Amino acid sequence: MADTSGMSGGRVAAVRDDYMELTRRKRLYSGILLAVFVALMVSGFMVADARNAGGFWDGWTNVLDFPRVVVAEAAEKAGELPGHLIAFFPALIETINIAAVSTLFGVLGGALLSMLSTRGLARWPRLIPLFRRMMDVMRAIPEIVIALVLIFVLGGGPVPAMIAIAFHTVGALGKLFSEVNENASLKPVEGLASVGATWTQRMVLGVMPQVAPNYLSYALLRFEINIRASAILGFVGAGGIGYELKNAMSWGQGQYDESAAIFLLLFATIVTFDQVSSLARDRLTHGRKSEMLHQ
Amino acid sequence: MLRIEQLTKTFGRNTAVDAATVAVDKPMMIGIIGRSGAGKSTLLRMLNRLTDHTSGRVSCEGREVTALRGAEKRAWQADCAMIFQQFNLVPRMDVVSNVLHGTLNRRSTLATLFNLFPAADIHRAIDILDRLGIAEHAPKRAEALSGGQQQRVAIARALMQDPKIILADEPIASLDPMNAQIVMDALRRIHEEDGRTVIANLHTLDTARRYCDRVIGMLHGRIVFDGTPEQLTTGVARDIYGADAGFSEAATSTAIEPVETAPERAVHGAKAIV
Repeated sequence: MADTSGMSGGRVAAVRDDYMELTRRKRLYSGILLAVFVALMVSGFMVADARNAGGFWDGWTNVLDFPRVVVAEAAEKAGELPGHLIAFFPALIETINIAAVSTLFGVLGGALLSMLSTRGLARWPRLIPLFRRMMDVMRAIPEIVIALVLIFVLGGGPVPAMIAIAFHTVGALGKLFSEVNENASLKPVEGLASVGATWTQRMVLGVMPQVAPNYLSYALLRFEINIRASAILGFVGAGGIGYELKNAMSWGQGQYDESAAIFLLLFATIVTFDQVSSLARDRLTHGRKSEMLHQ
Repeated sequence: MLRIEQLTKTFGRNTAVDAATVAVDKPMMIGIIGRSGAGKSTLLRMLNRLTDHTSGRVSCEGREVTALRGAEKRAWQADCAMIFQQFNLVPRMDVVSNVLHGTLNRRSTLATLFNLFPAADIHRAIDILDRLGIAEHAPKRAEALSGGQQQRVAIARALMQDPKIILADEPIASLDPMNAQIVMDALRRIHEEDGRTVIANLHTLDTARRYCDRVIGMLHGRIVFDGTPEQLTTGVARDIYGADAGFSEAATSTAIEPVETAPERAVHGAKAIV
């Protein structure tokens, strides 16, 4: 029985003691960490509440007032709702188009930047920090700031919104994609390098097939976020359903049925794209599954 | 003790396991051999209930294994340990924690989430590791160990479950010959000293012959051979693997000592031609 005879009793006792000591220390650290976390949470909440103009405990019961008014008015004028839905539909299409185009550009740019900034895959390994910082900058500047500047330069409309959202999406997706890339196996890449493939060929043919399902699910999530973002940019004059929502809400009480219609449209859109994205993801991974079952 | 009756598993139009019937009356060491894709893994996975069966039944000491649900099913899984080809440890956790995972079924979820295990269990885990000769690696991360050491950690996790049956799915297929022998010796010793039933999928005939009391051969999902290692002649082996006369055990043997020398093989080859 080779190598399974065991150690002498004294050595085992030493291993036991060492391990118990290690465990005790780990538990102590975890306990301290937990206590600090709870203390920070509680004190942070109290500070925030004290600095709040109204006070959380008095105000939170009113949180539902606005939705209640909107729902009540919408229910009152339920007959006009289909008309509103039809009236605002073109604006919704414009919003979705802004989101779709900016997501498309964001995915392309993000994929490129992510490959350039992943260790092991990068074309110029020394420039990884540069591309990382570029993505950081893209994420750091709020979409609304870019949109406002561009609207000032280019005038109002969907193009500034599209550029603003695409810029932010490149940074956000680039980071997520590069984390996906880190988990990709380098073996196929090495295999392609061994046949003399260029960097682009290695990335597209060796890495993309591995990461495509994850890319797709991140891209679809980002598309949902971008629909919401392009709706918000409507508030600052970039067109689409956000512009209509701003108008509907600023008219105040009596016009909330229009707001309700727009909320309904936005909700239905998000639900639809959520369903479509899970379906698409299933399709993409299903091919793999059937291969795996065929063991 | 363990009865498998007409156990069948189909994936779409493929039948992975076709009406397998096996009865085990006393603790023994059983080797399952066959080509890859013959259904060996699926059979073991159905015994552990990792994979659901399509039809048939498995019973063990009055327990209707194939009908168990929820907590009862997990209790059965705790009694029926599984060892995998790729070890299936948690790579970033230390060796002792991995072994302690064998007790998860008995412990409350909350305590285990914070990695809190009783000191007695920790001592037992280290004793088991010592029995398998790897106690000195106790505080290391599982991923820092070699393949053979990781497989012994997996065996320690299985022993920690204190199971009646240990299922081993190709336990030595990713190991070099030396580590393969250590792991197989450990499994044999567990069977002999603890009286546990060990059922192992093996991809080399000589391993099955050397370590097992009983060998089951599978081909295309069916059990085509069930007998002692002595009954497993080269001719029978050829049938199990669906191979022709060119099939030679020695060509794929992983044993450190040669199974048969070249002249013997020549004799076998001659016999096959005759």
